[in-house]
Amino acid sequence: MLNPYWFMMIHNDGELMSKNESDTMLGLCRVLDLTDEKGSLCSKILADLGADVIKIEKPGGDNSRTIGPFYKNKADSSQSLFWFAYNLNKRSITLDIEKKDGQDIFLKLVLKSDFVIESFSPGYLDNLGLGYASLSTINPRLIMTSITPFGQTGPYRNYKASDIVLMAMGGLMYITGNPDGPPLRVSIPQAFFLASSHAVSATMVAHYYRQVTGIGQQVDVSAQQSVLAELSNAIPLWELNQTILKRTGSYMAGRWKGIKQRLLWPCKDGYVIFYIMGGIAGARTNRNIYKWMEEEGMAPDYFHNFAWEDLDMTQQSEGMQQLMEEPIAKFFLTHTKEDLYVKGQARDITIAPVDSPQDLLSDPQLIARRFWTDIKHDELGTTIHYPGPFIKASETPCVMNRRAPLIGEHNLEIYENELGLSRQMIGSLKEAGVI
Amino acid sequence: MKDKEVKGSVSTEKVFEGIKVLDLGTGIANPLSLRYLADYGATVVCVESIERPSLLRTNQPYKDFQPGINRSGYYAILFPNIYSITLNLELAEDQEIARELAVWADIVGDSHRPGVAEKWGLDYNKLKTLNPDIIMIRSSNQGLTGPRARYRGYGNQLNGLTGFVNLCGLPDQEPVCFMVAYTDYFVPCFAVAALAGALEYRRRTGKGQLLDISQLEVGLQFLSTWLLNYSVNGIEQKAAGNRCDYAAPHGVYPCAGDDRWCAISVFTEEEWKAFCIAIGNPTWADQPEFQTLLARKKNEDELDRLIGEWSCQKDAYVVMHILQNAGVAAGVVQNARDLNEDPQLKARETLWVGEHAEMGKVSHLSQPAHLSKTPARLYRSAPLLGEHNHYVLSALLGRQTPG
Repeated sequence: MLNPYWFMMIHNDGELMSKNESDTMLGLCRVLDLTDEKGSLCSKILADLGADVIKIEKPGGDNSRTIGPFYKNKADSSQSLFWFAYNLNKRSITLDIEKKDGQDIFLKLVLKSDFVIESFSPGYLDNLGLGYASLSTINPRLIMTSITPFGQTGPYRNYKASDIVLMAMGGLMYITGNPDGPPLRVSIPQAFFLASSHAVSATMVAHYYRQVTGIGQQVDVSAQQSVLAELSNAIPLWELNQTILKRTGSYMAGRWKGIKQRLLWPCKDGYVIFYIMGGIAGARTNRNIYKWMEEEGMAPDYFHNFAWEDLDMTQQSEGMQQLMEEPIAKFFLTHTKEDLYVKGQARDITIAPVDSPQDLLSDPQLIARRFWTDIKHDELGTTIHYPGPFIKASETPCVMNRRAPLIGEHNLEIYENELGLSRQMIGSLKEAGVI
Repeated sequence: MKDKEVKGSVSTEKVFEGIKVLDLGTGIANPLSLRYLADYGATVVCVESIERPSLLRTNQPYKDFQPGINRSGYYAILFPNIYSITLNLELAEDQEIARELAVWADIVGDSHRPGVAEKWGLDYNKLKTLNPDIIMIRSSNQGLTGPRARYRGYGNQLNGLTGFVNLCGLPDQEPVCFMVAYTDYFVPCFAVAALAGALEYRRRTGKGQLLDISQLEVGLQFLSTWLLNYSVNGIEQKAAGNRCDYAAPHGVYPCAGDDRWCAISVFTEEEWKAFCIAIGNPTWADQPEFQTLLARKKNEDELDRLIGEWSCQKDAYVVMHILQNAGVAAGVVQNARDLNEDPQLKARETLWVGEHAEMGKVSHLSQPAHLSKTPARLYRSAPLLGEHNHYVLSALLGRQTPG
């Protein structure tokens, strides 16, 4: 391709996107997805990369179909927006892998698959005879990825966990919240998204190795460790300085000794993120914000010819920090967040708004990059506007063209066309509750 | 193609044996992605300069509280396994060395603002003429194209831009900002997935490519339901403290000691019964206000107060163990000291201990994912600034260098 940006023009165009399976990263691969909400982001990303992901649901449907919010706010398991978002591009079959006939079918599928992604409690699949040890004997190329709260090993491996428990045990909650209030989590569960992110990266690393050597393996992901990976400098602060990083509300602490820097600032219609930094990098922003304030008569004289390049945050006092921050706080209150963002960036000031969903949906940058992707839902008689792919890859565009599947939507496609089961057999399996 | 048997459960095989990576540097996210490749055996050369070292090198904590460019534990915990060279990419001769390295490399990573690599003659179009199957990853806040591609920002700004800040805080109060640059630490996972896929695609087809990754666009993958709920239903979900619509109790509860808490969550009636037995069947638990989930949600303030009365007498770990033994999800709100002693994290080798040239023993964060046959490993501690100038120029590029 002569123009490296050609994909910008076509990445939302279904026709061109699916030009050829081998033109995606994983177009020739199949994934068996046994996960619930703990792992659905992982297999969704593999689907975005072009893999044929088959969601295996228990007869009646996967539990994660009951996770809200719901389309039109109607609590109906066929209308979960969580399910819609994290099962895009997947196919669905129903299969009870606790039944002998179900296990036989599963093993047949494993023979034709490249990946199994699962999020059962450690030991569950082993007890069914479907653990990595068994599956790898019939398909040595298989990569099996397990996403669990604490991993497959260690003394807490069988502990029960939820999002809040993992955000606590991984250390992120302790440093989030106001100093006089409780530690806080994010109101949309995050721990298993973090775990799924580490799962997808490790799974792709194992995939590369398998393609080179023919050798598959097992990938074991801990959500607790995935949360811990977010902790910035909290661990070394303890190890090197015996300092426990504490939550400081909307201030950043622990970067420079003694002071805390305001991160979140109220403005006329919301909040912006901004902070004072030292050195060359900080000088540009600091000088430009004070210049802007001067133009509007809101800058104290003290900073008129201030030597911003010499500002050294390691030497900064709490008093001086306040002297700098107070006039900025007043200035921000006289402007809207969009104003501070767009005009501020034009003045080379490092600043950003706190966006609402509405701000994001109308964001000119995301629109220009054709991030939003419309997917048809014929059953609902509507089209839904989804967040698009996570990357723009010039030779291997992501795929995003199929709405999340209905329960067992692809049973016939897979059981009849691919496994060659007769309609009669499929009927009996259904009768017996196997599919 | 290698074709060898792996014997035993663990081999020392490196996934990215022979894969060479040049990092043009800056920020946390992209250098961290490339360091992940180094954990699996890639040779990763990171460019810094005396004028602009990695920004983490000038951040706390310092060994023995003594500031120094090679003394930051923040840099050290995140950047083992890589090589550091100093080049001033504003200078033509150093740009030339970087281009030589780009010819040597399989992957080039860059996370300067869009436009900077172009100015240096280190953008994809230029590098492709020198190294036709190069894979280049450009990691930026908002992507390579579009009207706001060149807007400035660090990870902290992205906490706002993505909207995460709106979802953290107590109801009807000012939101609370994360102290950490949240996206900086998970965007690398997505970048590594794409890089491994691009390497595999190149192996299959002989073609390199340009990967354009936007931290904003990756961050929004975690907020799909928040965005859909608004676009489909017109509902903007707000921060709800630690509560959850379909669980009660659900929160953190005070325990004995200063700033000690245990997180507890009860989703099903079965868990509720187990919870009541575990806390000693108090008479209040039998009252109709707490019999069903709906009732508990309605009386949640009172429920939380009563549970707090029970938990605040006990050590946080005692609370956790009592509840876990009863099959209830509970976990201590761990601080850095707790994490350091956590038996689970120890058993999983969450921290590798390296021998750093100036700091001595220092911890490095390992991988949360364990690969059974080709595990991530610590090959060397974090580099001093420019520690590998000579090695990279002479051994890797074959240049004649003094000393």
